[in-house]
Amino acid sequence: MAKLTLDQVAVPLRTFRLELSLEVGSTFALVGPSGAGKSTVLNAIAGLVKPAAGRISCNDEMWFDAERGVFEPPERRRVGLVFQDYALFPHLTVRKNIEYARRRPADEYLERFQIAHLKDALPGSLSGGERQRVALARALARDPEVLLLDEPLAALDTHTKIEVRLELQQLLAGLEIPTLLVTHDFEDAAALADQVGVIVEGRLRQTGTPADLVARPADPFVASFTGANLLHGERRVTGVGTAGIRLDDGTVVSTADDGEGALVLAVYPWDVTISTTRPGDSAMNVVAGAITAVTELGNRARVTIGPLTAEITVDSLHRLGLQTGQHAYASFKATGTRVVASRLPER
Amino acid sequence: MRRALGFGLFVAVAVVTLAFLALPIVGIFAHTSPAKIIDQLSNPVVTDALVVTLKTSLIAQAAIILFGTPTAYLLATRRFPGHPLAVTLVELPLVLPPAVAGVGLLAALGRFGLLGSSLRAVGIELPFTQAAVTVAVAYVASPLYIRQAIAVFEATDPHLTAASRTLGAGPVRTFFRVVLPLARGGLVAGLALSFARGLGEFGATIMFAGSLAKVTQTLPLAIYQEFDVNFNVTLAMSAVLVLISVVLLLTLRIALSWRSSPSTRSPSLFGLSASS
Repeated sequence: MAKLTLDQVAVPLRTFRLELSLEVGSTFALVGPSGAGKSTVLNAIAGLVKPAAGRISCNDEMWFDAERGVFEPPERRRVGLVFQDYALFPHLTVRKNIEYARRRPADEYLERFQIAHLKDALPGSLSGGERQRVALARALARDPEVLLLDEPLAALDTHTKIEVRLELQQLLAGLEIPTLLVTHDFEDAAALADQVGVIVEGRLRQTGTPADLVARPADPFVASFTGANLLHGERRVTGVGTAGIRLDDGTVVSTADDGEGALVLAVYPWDVTISTTRPGDSAMNVVAGAITAVTELGNRARVTIGPLTAEITVDSLHRLGLQTGQHAYASFKATGTRVVASRLPER
Repeated sequence: MRRALGFGLFVAVAVVTLAFLALPIVGIFAHTSPAKIIDQLSNPVVTDALVVTLKTSLIAQAAIILFGTPTAYLLATRRFPGHPLAVTLVELPLVLPPAVAGVGLLAALGRFGLLGSSLRAVGIELPFTQAAVTVAVAYVASPLYIRQAIAVFEATDPHLTAASRTLGAGPVRTFFRVVLPLARGGLVAGLALSFARGLGEFGATIMFAGSLAKVTQTLPLAIYQEFDVNFNVTLAMSAVLVLISVVLLLTLRIALSWRSSPSTRSPSLFGLSASS
């Protein structure tokens, strides 16, 4: 697979200096609060912003090298950039927007993104989800070597978002080029990317798989930011007011949320309780197993059992004497879960 | 009761204002009739002045578009040392008394002016030629187009130009395929204003180009000359100018409504949930 490399790229911003080294192979999500410099990273890769230092290369092409004075203009970089507001040309039809790059006939993309019926419409008349499909089609019609997505779900309302996120997941899974997306929402990052990097004030705090970050956050900021456990499973049985989700490891958990078929459930670490004996309280969901990780962060600790990470106080950790390898129970209430995405059958 | 009285006062003031603005126009058309206007259109004084006016105006406006558009785009999209000075230069003819503009043009391009001898060396003598009318009109009318163009270009969504670049279009193609089509309405509106200002040009023209029939005598100059001779001709020419001005104003309105029509407005980010 192709590779996008950022080597000690530095961009001075208003209150801080963005400094970043990054290697993007498949799908990478940069997550961070707004104003962390995320969009600047994308603009630097696209050539819309000129960094003060560092190197940016894609495969064997050097796009930017401060020392050797290399700066390829945006039109020579073969980057597919999808803007947060999609930046569709308002005076051109959907077809003309897609054909703007003039690399390939638009029909292929109109079919692939199921927007053939909109080909003569102007962007102003499209819904949010449709606009995003057009923007993606246009970016890919340029035949890019790398795909960049700026807050791909931020412009959508919650209802549309879940649907569009599923579409995006499917699209990204089938892409052969490195994809870098930025988002302020860890849930979105975890749902869409294999690797996630948390960026704060222009610096990467931690990089890893979504599960890594939840289980072993490097610092309290990452811990609070990386919020939820994401459980993959399939809807099986339905009780009164709850649905049973069979997780990939066979455990069945309940959720108070609606959802169909293959699902992704979010459970926050602070909603998960750890005990050494099987709990007999109102929590409907119990995952039993050996503790695989214990990470202390100040007065809190994160304990991982199977697919679940719990956040408990260090006091509780010591009181229960929890250690890696020990058998324990993680439990949470059905009301503490949220269905965040309908998932692909296989990824 | 007092609120009704206050509102009535506003209405009364507005009526007086509008009546004041309408009065001169009504005056012109009260003293003449369509038949008289058409009759005077065959008067050589009127036709000659009309031809000179249209010819010089069209050339001047073409020059304004050709030179003003790229200048406006540069001033709208780039910041450089001396930028405020450049914008001031663009706006200056707007506030300069036209007679002063005429003196300035003479002092710069006249026979004994700054560039006069150099121009003469290459065989160009400007003052009191039709070219001088064009130069005077271009100088005086240009700010109305260029200022509007700057405002329109500044309002262009930078994401759209950025998107165009990442889609493989260089700066020039981006300008012609994205920036210009989106600015079209605003530019036409600016042009309408500039055209109207140019048609009425008097002070700078009479200083720099004089008032020679068939050569430099535009409609406003002819109106002034005929004023003592034949008031009916003056009225007819005035009526023609009024009609042209009204047409230009209507063009301006239509052009501006183009700009804000749904098809050319940037999509709103937050109003898109309902239909999906």
